[in-house]
Amino acid sequence: MSKTAEIAVGRARPQTAAARRKRSWARKTGVAAGWWVASVALFAGLWELAWAAGWAPQLLLPPPHIFLQNFSRQAKFFDTSTIGQAQAAPVVAVLTTIVATLLRVLAGLALGFVASLVTGTLITQFRVVRGLVLPTLTLLAPISPIAWLPVSIFLFGIGNGPAVFMVFVGVYFVMTLATISQINGVSATYLNLARTMGASKRQMLFQVIVPSILPGLLQTLRLNLFAAWMVVLLAEAVGVGSGLGQVVMLARNTFNASLVFFTMTLIGVTGYLLDTAFRQLQRRLLWWQPASNGGSR
Amino acid sequence: MTDATGALRCRGVTKIWGEGTTKELLAVDNVDLDVRPGEFVVMLGPSGCGKSTLLSMVAGLEQPTAGLIEADGEPVTGPGPDRCMIFQQSSLYPWLSVADNVGFGLRLRGVPKAERREVAQKLLRTMGLGDVLDKHPDELSGGMRQRAAIARALAMRPRVLLMDEPFAALDVQTRAKLQDYIAQVREESGASVLFVTHSIDEAVALADRIVVFTARPGRFKAIVDVELDRPRDPRSAAYHELHDQLVDLLADEVDRAFAEQERAAR
Repeated sequence: MSKTAEIAVGRARPQTAAARRKRSWARKTGVAAGWWVASVALFAGLWELAWAAGWAPQLLLPPPHIFLQNFSRQAKFFDTSTIGQAQAAPVVAVLTTIVATLLRVLAGLALGFVASLVTGTLITQFRVVRGLVLPTLTLLAPISPIAWLPVSIFLFGIGNGPAVFMVFVGVYFVMTLATISQINGVSATYLNLARTMGASKRQMLFQVIVPSILPGLLQTLRLNLFAAWMVVLLAEAVGVGSGLGQVVMLARNTFNASLVFFTMTLIGVTGYLLDTAFRQLQRRLLWWQPASNGGSR
Repeated sequence: MTDATGALRCRGVTKIWGEGTTKELLAVDNVDLDVRPGEFVVMLGPSGCGKSTLLSMVAGLEQPTAGLIEADGEPVTGPGPDRCMIFQQSSLYPWLSVADNVGFGLRLRGVPKAERREVAQKLLRTMGLGDVLDKHPDELSGGMRQRAAIARALAMRPRVLLMDEPFAALDVQTRAKLQDYIAQVREESGASVLFVTHSIDEAVALADRIVVFTARPGRFKAIVDVELDRPRDPRSAAYHELHDQLVDLLADEVDRAFAEQERAAR
């Protein structure tokens, strides 16, 4: 009899443990969400209060309940179809604008990442490349992407080109220098080990060096994500003719404060989601790294 | 087994670091050494005496400034999978599972995955690690990681195992356990072993022959044949006699190495 009791306990225990884990996860998530709501509510509440009490300029600082209120009217400004053509649905117009901006950022980031990885690798592997390329690169690196703005328009005119180029410039130099320092920092034991087991240069690169430097590179890329997200808006405001940056510029030119804050909200939320998505990608790719280093352990 | 049997031959091997600069340093000075097939040779000496440098040259990771090194009659010009190295720090790749780490060298040779896994499983089991195949290196203790590193070297079926203070970072009990493993591995694989250590106990427990180094520049002070029965009994009188003999041989060299390090630091 005592035996059956033991078995029953043994069977019940893992279930309760799993349930407990699930409960504690739910509680943690609930608490985190609570703080989020409280933080945003506090910020919005103070703003609303200041506005209602008349401390804030009524026209220039419209509080959230005003600029979030008439979605379809705000969305009208996101529609790039010319007068006389069929108007897109409000949600579609807003989403199209966000996606256009996002794609420019992602294209710039992807190109910058790959190009910097290739440049960095060539510089560390070939002395001639290092000698010829590195000095110029170090001189170009400190130039703000904003200074590249005219150049990007000279080169690419109006359209997606200049925006993608600006994002590219924003990450390429930093990432190339990061790649070089990461490659130089690869553990000598890791390299010697592969050498003693007869690895070719190519095998060394793809099976030892790339996995060694990936955590550091993705961390650098993530730090530059916000910079890229800012730079693309600037490029859109000046040289593209569509996207979130263009809407902000339009709002400024027409003195539409409500539209300014509405678009800023979209920019903030999208930027946050972009960062979250990137963190998830990092966790998947870097499963062997501890969480503090962007991994999932 | 092929004709190649894991014999090593060093003649007049010399290593000068930073040759032609003001910081020129004679690390290994004109040494001759022969390792017979299947022999277990321990290089014993104070830290900084050049024993690891000599090992790196045998591995082909460093080129001698002068002299000749041959493995099975072939001059050593670079690293080769016939001479596998086991390092002091655990050198398992953190992005690979334990099984993939053990099969890493085979993967470089293009051995298919299923076969690699089979080899890894067999070797890990003989090292007492049959159940950690899919674990992560970080989940293992230091002793387990070092055993996995040995399994990885054995997967290459090397004729020579080169070990650079492989147990120095482990605690005394784990170290004793791994010494048993390595003695057993040597027995089963028939590989020659060239083993670097600064621990006299380790040398006496493992070696067929002990090469005692002088402090820098590294020269051979003495070569001692060990004629104790295996497994070695650390309580026997002969063991203690040999141990004391080595302590005497090393005492001056340790003092010299210590004094030199103090001087260099000032």
